[in-house]
Parts: sequence; structure tokens; C-alpha cells
Amino acid sequence: MGEPRPRFWRRSPAVWPLAGLLLLLAVNVADGLREGRNFLSVTLQDGRLVSPVIDIVKNGSYGLVLALGMTLVIATGGIDLSVGTVMAVAGGWAARLLLDGHGAATAVMAALAAALACGLVNGLLVAGARIQPIVATLVMMVAGRGLAQLLTGGKVVQIPPGGFQWMGHGLIAGLPVAPLLVTALYLVTWAGLRRSAAGLFLEAAGDNPTASRFAGLATGRVRCLAYVGCGVCAGLAGLIKISDIGSADPFGMGSTMELDAIFAVVVGGTALSGGRLCLLGSFFGALLLQTLTVTMFYLGVPSAVAPVPKAVVIIAACLAQSETTRRWFARLKPGRAA
Amino acid sequence: MSPRWNARLPLLVTATILLLLFGAAGLMYPYFFSTGNAVNILTAQSSVGIMAVGLTLVIFAGGIDLSVGAVAGCATILVATLVERHGVHPVVAAAAALAAGATFGAGMAVLIERFRQPPFLITLAGMFLARGCAFWISTESVEIRHPFHRQLVDFMMQLGPVGVHPLPLLIFGAVLLAGYVLAHHTRFGRNLLAIGGSESSARLMGLPVSATKIAAYTLCGLTAALAGVVNTFITGSGNSIYGTGMELDAIAAVVIGGTLLTGGRGQMPGTLCGVLILGTIKSALDFDGRLDAAWTRIIIGTLLLGFILLQRLLLRRLERR
Repeated sequence: MGEPRPRFWRRSPAVWPLAGLLLLLAVNVADGLREGRNFLSVTLQDGRLVSPVIDIVKNGSYGLVLALGMTLVIATGGIDLSVGTVMAVAGGWAARLLLDGHGAATAVMAALAAALACGLVNGLLVAGARIQPIVATLVMMVAGRGLAQLLTGGKVVQIPPGGFQWMGHGLIAGLPVAPLLVTALYLVTWAGLRRSAAGLFLEAAGDNPTASRFAGLATGRVRCLAYVGCGVCAGLAGLIKISDIGSADPFGMGSTMELDAIFAVVVGGTALSGGRLCLLGSFFGALLLQTLTVTMFYLGVPSAVAPVPKAVVIIAACLAQSETTRRWFARLKPGRAA
Repeated sequence: MSPRWNARLPLLVTATILLLLFGAAGLMYPYFFSTGNAVNILTAQSSVGIMAVGLTLVIFAGGIDLSVGAVAGCATILVATLVERHGVHPVVAAAAALAAGATFGAGMAVLIERFRQPPFLITLAGMFLARGCAFWISTESVEIRHPFHRQLVDFMMQLGPVGVHPLPLLIFGAVLLAGYVLAHHTRFGRNLLAIGGSESSARLMGLPVSATKIAAYTLCGLTAALAGVVNTFITGSGNSIYGTGMELDAIAAVVIGGTLLTGGRGQMPGTLCGVLILGTIKSALDFDGRLDAAWTRIIIGTLLLGFILLQRLLLRRLERR
């Protein structure tokens, strides 16, 4: 241990998404200047801080929550394809309860409980029944969509105005509630994982389940809990989403969000093979994705075509992290072969 | 029990369930047992079926392709715009769409193999890429008015009392037959199953692992595009949102058909049974009318789960011997 600790920028995988994020922001600033807009402007309107950057963070808040949950699952070497569907289930259920005249607290609790149940089913299938994570969560993805349609009666549910709107539209010190809530959740999760042994357990279960089981770790329980956490996060994302847009669409809601969440996590340096987790990276990764979406909007790319550049970036990020590419780089720099 | 019996058990279970479902639906709803309805089920399922045949090959080798639905959607709109906006003959347009689908599948396979990436991730990105491309070509549905194509769409045959649309059925049959021969009576098919069983063993045995897998994904892309082309024969138009969620139906059909998602074990006839089970459920729900369409998804999901659990039990028993 005589070597000095490598500096942060070389140690943390979060550097890459951060660099990408700054690059995209620079593109936006340049594009804004060209068209006479100031991308970084912050103005105060009716006690609300208004800025394109705050909009990105606000609209990115569901992506951020999903990425948080997905990080936990991917760290255990799993994957959760059902997050978009669970969003629709939780959102649809909450909207239905609100429409039937229940209070906001009841609706939130019931929706989170439903999301937790979905996560628990995923976890039991993966950890208990030993079904491959892709398959188990794919089943949830198919069946859950039907469940969401049943809960909402097969139509888009409009949410009556009331206290529930606070989640998507409320302000704390001029800033929107949702991103603050999400950031707090990240901090709590980070503290929970890194200031206790929980993070180590997750990584151990993902790195080598057999070895960690022999070392006395209840691998199955840890993996199951990761899916439960992911389900709850997806439920929260669904709540934020319906509170923001004011209606719950059981068909379209969250239908492509699973890829966004996986992307944020992979770009953030959490390996898909499991055993490594970087919450900060996922945070920046999710913001990067939202900024990419906004940038394409500003650059005039039609929203239907937006998946193309997104997919290209995702593939590029995955390829850049692959062993093959690393070996190529190692060969280019013979002095620092890893 | 003999190993042969064990290997066939999933297929037998599937076939029994198909017969039970079909019989129950026939007893509950009058006119369910009619040539017309049988033909309707087959025609409605022909696109998913064609797709599922290609997907079966990929799943045999332990891979997965989530992009098939999007590729089919892209193929329909590609054919339609080529014919309508660029004056290309329908046959040439269909060939172009098939070539594009095959190339797309091969491209994804090269990334998966060369860079050792998880197939679901690359094909999930491929799904978005193909869907985005479809929207890029046209966001609206495009009707194909070319006289030759119209002839194909209107081509009907009389089968007893009902008019049959033979073209999708014939293509489905041909693809299924080709898939069956390829999977169970060629070296390629045995290589696929060997790779799915244990990729490292297959490599040590000197089998061409990478080439075989790339070929499987290429065929899967080809059948996905063909499913789209066949759909233009049914609807007479191209639509970029066609095939949304279809990949799940196709995967469900393959798994319900008794093919192991981990690869290495499976039967092509099982896939046909899986496709027919899905078709029977959908048709029965249509006949009933009381149940929400939402139940289709829930029932398919539950069936899928049931079959996967059954496979786990079987595998555990096989491993114990």
C-alpha cells in the first residue's frame, strides 16, 4: 500500500458521464448563444427559479430515481426490465385511488406498496426460484402492463387537483420538489450503502455469489432486497411522473424507461456483470441522458427519431467499456498495459 | 424415464395445453370450432410465428433478440415508402427490406461477439435504433397502392365456405418448415444447440462458435423483416409503430413451446404450439368480449412464468440423474 491513492478523476468511473454531461452542456450553451438564448440563465418568476438547467433536472427526476434502483439490481449482477411497467402500475393505481376520492397519503402509500410487491415478486423469482433476471423481469414487464390496464380500467386516468400535485409541481426555496427529493434519496442510499456493510454485501453478491455464500452472506436475501428496492424506486418514479403530467397512461407510461435506466447505470460505470457499483456515476449518467434528450430537442431532432442517437450513444458507451476495447487501448500505450 | 421422454416432455405439455385451451374455447363459444376461425387465428399469428422461428434459432444458442418487433415495424414502413414514394417495384422493395433486416441482425451479432457484450443490451439498443429509423422514414402510416401489391393483398382462395388469404399462411408454413429442417436436421442446428448447452465446450470441440451465432442473429433479423413484409400483405400498408411489444409475444411463444431460454434445449414444433396457444387465447378473449384485453397480457405473462418454472423443475431433475 505504499502507492499514493489515485486522484479522484482517475479513480472514479463517475468522471466519464460527468465529462459527457459537461460536453453536452457546452453544446447547449454554444447553440443557445448562436440563437441568442442564454442556456445558463436563471431568473426568478413568481417565487420560482426558472432556468433550462433546472428544467433538465426536474424532467430528469424520474430517470434519476429509476437509475438509483437499477444500480442496486445491476450491482448484484442482475437486471430489471420491468421498471417501466412498475411505473405504470404504481402510477395507475395511485391515480385510480385519487379519482375515487382517497387522500394523497393513502394513494402514495398504496402505490409504493404495489411497487414493492412487484419488486418482491421479481426478487423471489430471481433469488428464490433461480430464474434468470432477464426472464423473470420480462414476465413482470408483460403481465404488469396488463395489471396497470386493469387498475385504470384500460384508459388514461386524469388526476383530480389536490395536494398530490405538490410532488410534481411544488417548490422548496424556489426549486422544484421532485429533484430535491430524488437527490435526498441518493444521499440516503449512498450513506446506507457506503457507511455500512450493505454496499459491500451487494457488490459481493454480484461479484461471486458462491464465494459470498460460503463466506456467510445470505446472497439470496441480498439479491431479493435489491429487486425490492428497485421496485420501490420505480413506483416513486411513477408517482412523480403522474403528479407532474396530471394523468396516468397505463399503455405508454414508462414504456421505454427501462433502457434509459440501464443506460444511465452502465454509462455511470456500474458493470453489467455485477460486483461494482457507483451511485454518483448513475446520477450523472441519468442527467447525461436527460440533457441528451433536451439537446436533441433544441437541435431540432423530431422526438420520434430521438431513440436513434440515444441508442448509438448507449452502444458506444458499452463498447468503450468492453474488455476488447480496453485491450486495444492497452496495446496503444505499451508502458501502461493493464 | 428415458432421456428421450424427458426431452420431449415440455413439447408434450405444450401440445396438451394447446388442445385443452382450444377444446375449452370451442365448448364455451359457438362457432369457435370453425374453419373460418382456425384460419383467422393462423393468419393473425403468421407474422409473430415467422418472427418466432428466427428467434428460436437465436434462443437455441443461448442468445436473445429484443429488436425483432422494431425490425418488423421498420420493414413495413421501408417497403411502403420505397414503393409509394420512390417508385420501386414491390418485389425489389421487399428484397431490400429483407436484406436490411439480415444486415441489421448481423451487425448486432458482430458487436455482441466481437466486444463480448450481453445480447439483451445490444438488441435492446437495436430495438430503439430500428424503431427510431422507422419513425425517421415516416411517422405516418403509408398505404401501398401499387397494382402488383394490391393483387397480392386481394389474392383470396376459397376453402370450403370461407375465403382464405393464402399468402401469409404459405410463407409462415415455408418458414416454419425451413426452420425445422435447419434446427433439427443440419449441422448448423446441432451446433446452435451445442453452443447453447455450453459455449466453452463447443469452442473446445472446435465448433465455429462465433460464425454460428452471427448466422443465427442474421437469420433472426431476416425473419423479423419477413414478418413485417408479410404484414404489408395483410394490411396493405406500412406503419412505423407496427410490432410494438411483439418481441414479447415472440419470446413467449418460443418459451411456451418448451425451448429453454438458457439455450441448448428446445424444439421448433414447440414454437408452433406456442404461437397457436397465444393465438387461441387472443381469439377466445375476442369471442368472450366480457374480459378486458388487458387479461391477454396477464394470462400470457402467467403462462410464460408457469412454463419457465416447469423447465426449472425438469432441468433440476435432469441434473440430479
